[in-house]
Amino acid sequence: MPDSNTIITIRNVVKRFGSSVTAVNDVSLDIRRGEFFALLGPSGCGKTTLLRMLAGFESPSEGEILIDGEDMDGVEPNKRSVNMVFQSYAVFPHMTVHQNVAYGLKVAGTPKGEINQRVGEALALVQLESMADRKPDQLSGGQRQRVALARALVKKPKVLLLDEPLSALDAKLREQMQLELVRLQKSVGITFVIVTHDQNEALSMADRIAVMEHGNVLQLAPPAELYEYPNCRFVADFIGKMNLFDGQVVGARDGRVVVRVNALSDRVGDLELPYDGEARGGVGVAIRPEKLRLSSSEPVDEPVRLRTRIMEVVYYGDENHVFLEAGEAKFTANLQNVSRGAHAGVVRGEDVWISWRQEDTLLLTS
Amino acid sequence: MAKDRANPLDYSRKTWMRLCMGFTFVFLYFPIVSLIAFSFNDSKRNITWQGFTLRYYEQAFNNSQLHEAFLNSLIIAGISTTVSTILGAMLGLALYRFRFPAQGPYEGLVHLPIVIPEICMAVAMVAFFATVNMPLGLTTITVSHIAFSIPFVAVVIRARMAGFDRSLEEASRDLGASQWQTFWNVTYPYMKPGLVAGALLAFTLSLDDFVITFFTSGPGSTTFPIKIYSMVRFSVTPEVNAASTVLIVITLALTVAALIIQSRSQGPTHA
Amino acid sequence: MESWRNNRLVFAVLALPPTAWLVIFFTVPLIIMWVYSFAERGPQGQIELAINFANYARAIEWIHLGIIWKSIWIAAVTTLITFLIGFPLAMGIAFAPARWKNVLLLLVILPFWTNLLIRTYAWIAVLRTRGFLNFGLEWAHEKLTILFGFFGTAQVMGEFQPLELLYNQKAVVIGLVYVYLPFLVLPIYATIEKLDKSYLEASLDLGAGHWRTLFSVTMPLALPGIISGCLLAFILSMGTFLTPALLGGTDSEMIGNLIARQFSSSRDWPFGSALSFLLLYLTFIILWVRASLAGRKAGPL
Repeated sequence: MPDSNTIITIRNVVKRFGSSVTAVNDVSLDIRRGEFFALLGPSGCGKTTLLRMLAGFESPSEGEILIDGEDMDGVEPNKRSVNMVFQSYAVFPHMTVHQNVAYGLKVAGTPKGEINQRVGEALALVQLESMADRKPDQLSGGQRQRVALARALVKKPKVLLLDEPLSALDAKLREQMQLELVRLQKSVGITFVIVTHDQNEALSMADRIAVMEHGNVLQLAPPAELYEYPNCRFVADFIGKMNLFDGQVVGARDGRVVVRVNALSDRVGDLELPYDGEARGGVGVAIRPEKLRLSSSEPVDEPVRLRTRIMEVVYYGDENHVFLEAGEAKFTANLQNVSRGAHAGVVRGEDVWISWRQEDTLLLTS
Repeated sequence: MAKDRANPLDYSRKTWMRLCMGFTFVFLYFPIVSLIAFSFNDSKRNITWQGFTLRYYEQAFNNSQLHEAFLNSLIIAGISTTVSTILGAMLGLALYRFRFPAQGPYEGLVHLPIVIPEICMAVAMVAFFATVNMPLGLTTITVSHIAFSIPFVAVVIRARMAGFDRSLEEASRDLGASQWQTFWNVTYPYMKPGLVAGALLAFTLSLDDFVITFFTSGPGSTTFPIKIYSMVRFSVTPEVNAASTVLIVITLALTVAALIIQSRSQGPTHA
Repeated sequence: MESWRNNRLVFAVLALPPTAWLVIFFTVPLIIMWVYSFAERGPQGQIELAINFANYARAIEWIHLGIIWKSIWIAAVTTLITFLIGFPLAMGIAFAPARWKNVLLLLVILPFWTNLLIRTYAWIAVLRTRGFLNFGLEWAHEKLTILFGFFGTAQVMGEFQPLELLYNQKAVVIGLVYVYLPFLVLPIYATIEKLDKSYLEASLDLGAGHWRTLFSVTMPLALPGIISGCLLAFILSMGTFLTPALLGGTDSEMIGNLIARQFSSSRDWPFGSALSFLLLYLTFIILWVRASLAGRKAGPL
């Protein structure tokens, strides 16, 4: 039974298209009242289908969806207390900004005075008061998106659904809108469910993120947990960058798992990694590029260290990406340019030592 | 507990929409289908089904006037198609390729035969042939058919050429081919499906035309549609149905051929 | 596109022959007809060139104005009915599953490729006194009479009187709707098909029902296609000749038939020419309206 903190309950939802395509495969999750929730995954992972089922544009083949405790089976989109911001914004081109925002109130039979007042408030919320009489074709992409937001928010929905809302904006504007969406969400207190394929967007905005692939939710966690403790290779690889190696569990010692990585074992020996569960057989060993340290002399007090050759250095301004090789093993290390010329010695062809902490190493069993 | 609910915008799955569409398709097909069906009906009175027969097809085939009319139609359509395909293709190419002064009014003028009421063109042709003292007959019909077919062919050719990559011609010229060689080796192969489609369209237009043919024909130049018209004026007979069915089958076969050629040529070359 | 100056020879070779044919066998006939429209009819029906507007004046005399007005009226009614049938059909096809769309479109266009004369003739068999429709009605009447017979009240049905369906204005309108339906459906289908379906979803999402969405969002956004399709159906119906000639009676002569009559039995070519040009001008005005509406719509969006 969902508790009063839950606004959306998705239970064993399956969505099939035709007989061969399963877009959403037995997904169950709860979305909490007032949170900023992100559905993250590559295109075709089923996230948009899931969102459209919440809005009522698709209906589940199996399972149920509850919004604020009510079963949504057979409830048409216009009878649901959720509203959507479309990827294309879908701002009606034949209506002014004011008419667009007023539309949802007008069809609900709201008195004219109240409509004008609420539309005014909504436009103020997205800072578009001065544009009320414009037509959408006189607005920029960012402004059109604000209209779409105001149009949905003016309905005071229980949940606001956002389908890739920032994908059509350029990079600068996108970053600005991320901040603004978070501010907006906190100020109105409405639950936001956003669909995105952009990990940065999800990490920077959401309270919790569900990572989806092939119609399944792989991991549901707050951003930091997702980044630092991915539960599988897909999540580890999809969010941020990762150095990934194949290894085998060869034993257990003091509550730690002993793993042999074929490509590394002759240089660093077996790794002892912290792991809570039972692990055996083939596993993945992963370390984030920014957690690698480079030094010209051997860092003797680090337990995991090896000598590598620099194959390539790519300069990005704020950081350098260094591509390293030690025999079979290939690494990427990200170095912050904390001061000018901080890594002047890191050049192609040189040999350096790399090292990392056992605690920063991840063991991935799936 | 599998459910198969229609999406809100699946209007075509709503019962009332299906009823609506069903009614419209009955409206569209009932007359033609019943016409075809009753060409096989073994009854002169033509209203209740009396059994299958090919008698009326035999009658139609042995009707020498129908024979002659059909032959006339084929001759006219053959000549009209040949001439209008060549002229229409030239016009289509010119419009596709060149910018020139007064292009807007010119385009309006050459596309006029498509948009003006047929009766207006028909009587204008009558006035013209009378003024230049040309006796009405097969020639006047053919000349008129060519005139109204040219713009249709031009439209088809131009649409086909809209997908053509001009840099192919430039590449050919760059590799040393002359304009003429470039046309035959690069442009013409691309244009060919459009030519076939345009020719089939011109053939169907000519074979089907009634109004303009009716006015520009003289004694002894009866075409198939005109013969049918004169038969229809007297009464509804299964023989007319049989002759009509033959014409329907011919035009449909030609049009389907044109469609297949067009869709086949649009697929891979565009990608 | 290149300028004709770059390649005058190729331009001339391509453009001159078709232009010459069209000028000689299309433009010149129109000009001759235009000249005739100011001429006078001689006592034997011959043409005496002159410059007067008597033919045009005659065209707007009551008796002829009535026919012109009737043509416009029949065309308007035809357009309205065609729209009422065609719009739902266009919607249905546009929202049909992808694999059905082409089949349904083909079904709409297919009758359009069968001979106009034959399609019109087919309606005679349906509509005449002993036609399919009356036959079906008589059958229904018979069955109903039997049904009422069970209750002993067969006499309320009375004797079956076949309806007069053919050779009147109604038959002409039916025939025109039938012939011009594809011309209206296709442009409307094309605009609805191209329409971003998110607009309709947004409308539903904001709480509007399907009818509200249809009138507030779908139809305004499909307006260019609707106008284009309706105007097309209108000008085609207005200039028609064959349908009233075959299906119409004395009450349903349209301007096309009036023109045809001047060139056949009445032998008054100057008057026929004037009428023909009036019809042309009317057609041009509507085409111009259609083009300028299309241009305005294409502008800001």
